[in-house]
Amino acid sequence: MIKIVDLHKSFGKQKVLRGVNLDIPKGKITFIMGRSGTGKSVLLKHIIGLIPPDKGQILIDGQDITQMSEKELMQIRKRFGMLFQEGALFDSLTVGENVAFPLREHTNLSEKEIWARVEVKLAQVGLIEAIDKMPSELSGGMKKRAALARALALDPEIVLFDEPTTGLDPLMQESIARLIEETQEKHGLTCVVISHDVPIAFAIADKIAFLHEGVIIEEGPPEKIKASKHPFVRSFITALPTGCKEEKNEKN
Amino acid sequence: MYNPVAALGAFTISILEEMGGMALMFLQTLGLTFKPPFRLRLFIKQMEFVGVKSTLVVVLTGLFSGMVLALEGYYGFRKFGGESLLGATVALSLVRELGPVLTGLMVTARAGSAMAAEIGTMRVTEQIDALRVMAVNPIHYLVVPRFWAAVLMVPLLTVLADLVGIAGGYFVGVILLHIDAGVFVSKMKELVELVDIINGLYKAFVFGAILAVVGCFKGYNARGGAEGVGKATTQAVVISSISILIADYILTSLLF
Repeated sequence: MIKIVDLHKSFGKQKVLRGVNLDIPKGKITFIMGRSGTGKSVLLKHIIGLIPPDKGQILIDGQDITQMSEKELMQIRKRFGMLFQEGALFDSLTVGENVAFPLREHTNLSEKEIWARVEVKLAQVGLIEAIDKMPSELSGGMKKRAALARALALDPEIVLFDEPTTGLDPLMQESIARLIEETQEKHGLTCVVISHDVPIAFAIADKIAFLHEGVIIEEGPPEKIKASKHPFVRSFITALPTGCKEEKNEKN
Repeated sequence: MYNPVAALGAFTISILEEMGGMALMFLQTLGLTFKPPFRLRLFIKQMEFVGVKSTLVVVLTGLFSGMVLALEGYYGFRKFGGESLLGATVALSLVRELGPVLTGLMVTARAGSAMAAEIGTMRVTEQIDALRVMAVNPIHYLVVPRFWAAVLMVPLLTVLADLVGIAGGYFVGVILLHIDAGVFVSKMKELVELVDIINGLYKAFVFGAILAVVGCFKGYNARGGAEGVGKATTQAVVISSISILIADYILTSLLF
């Protein structure tokens, strides 16, 4: 479905991506993991054509999007939904208007049909009571759920998630993770999730890829990752915050 | 090591890049203007913001400029008995120069800065990326309505500033300083020509375009969180104000 071939990107002297190769299978949840600041978000923004690469290809159903004009990219992007790290809700619009936004832009639905759909989408993420609120009135978790409703408004085939669970309390993290899993199953979506949350990745991912120093160093189903011999992957997945805390507490 | 030649070169390149970027944004804005969908609601909202909500500032600016012009003019004219020219002088200064320039500067301070701050915040909170992801051209959505609102409203506000300024001049000249009302008005009618007013409005059009393009460009290219937005806003006001004054000289030398 999505194939990334030898992707390079530098910002000034800093080489962020140094030849990323990755296949993202259709109708599955793929996690791209790695430390903060390793270029996971940069990679994600390449997939949807927000950043042009220095070198390499991104093939979506065989079409190379790196060679496309902005106009052609617009057409491709209609197949995508994206959940930004902080939600990126339009703060001049209410939650309902945010979700209605892509429908108003890209469909010929009547106002009545649009609002019916907005209500369905907000109900899916459990946020129907916030329909008339402004984004500034929402908590972090509510913002992410509202943004998810907006990302799903046009029933996209591919949804990109930029750190969907970062900065939320554990219960909210779990509920967002379940939401991703449920929507994926229900609509057969292709999901690409950027995260450094190991337990959540093991719980819902079909495939996990590790980005380290600009390349993918390990990829495969969660079982393969758990058994990985790669020293960085081992240290990353065993550095479980819960484990550390328990030990520390015992010492005290 | 600090290399002055390299620093000067880098500075020149950055200025040229900025100017090129602004020119590109201006051209893109013109190109996208006639591309549907037409965002009438956003356009009206921006006209309200740039126009209606600037009314009070512009009225006060115009009023006191007209009043002080009359006061200063009277002081000078009295020395050679030319008080009868006061009305014409006040009106000419306002319609040709102070009306458009002061309106341009006040709208820059009020609306140009807000454009930079709002679009800049949208940039650093990824709302502009969100627009692109949703296959909406951010220039079309954000810049086109602001640009045309400013281009239309600054001339209208200029007319208002001119009128209120002349009224202020009349108040000071005729009511406070006891110049004959008939002389004040007739000299004004005699010496102010339609072309003076129209050329003043040309200036206002250009100033509106400058403040919108600079404000939107600075916001659109803001980087680095709240600090970046603050910097973009300050730069937008400084660059717009200076550009307006430079453009004013160029236009005056071309038009009059």
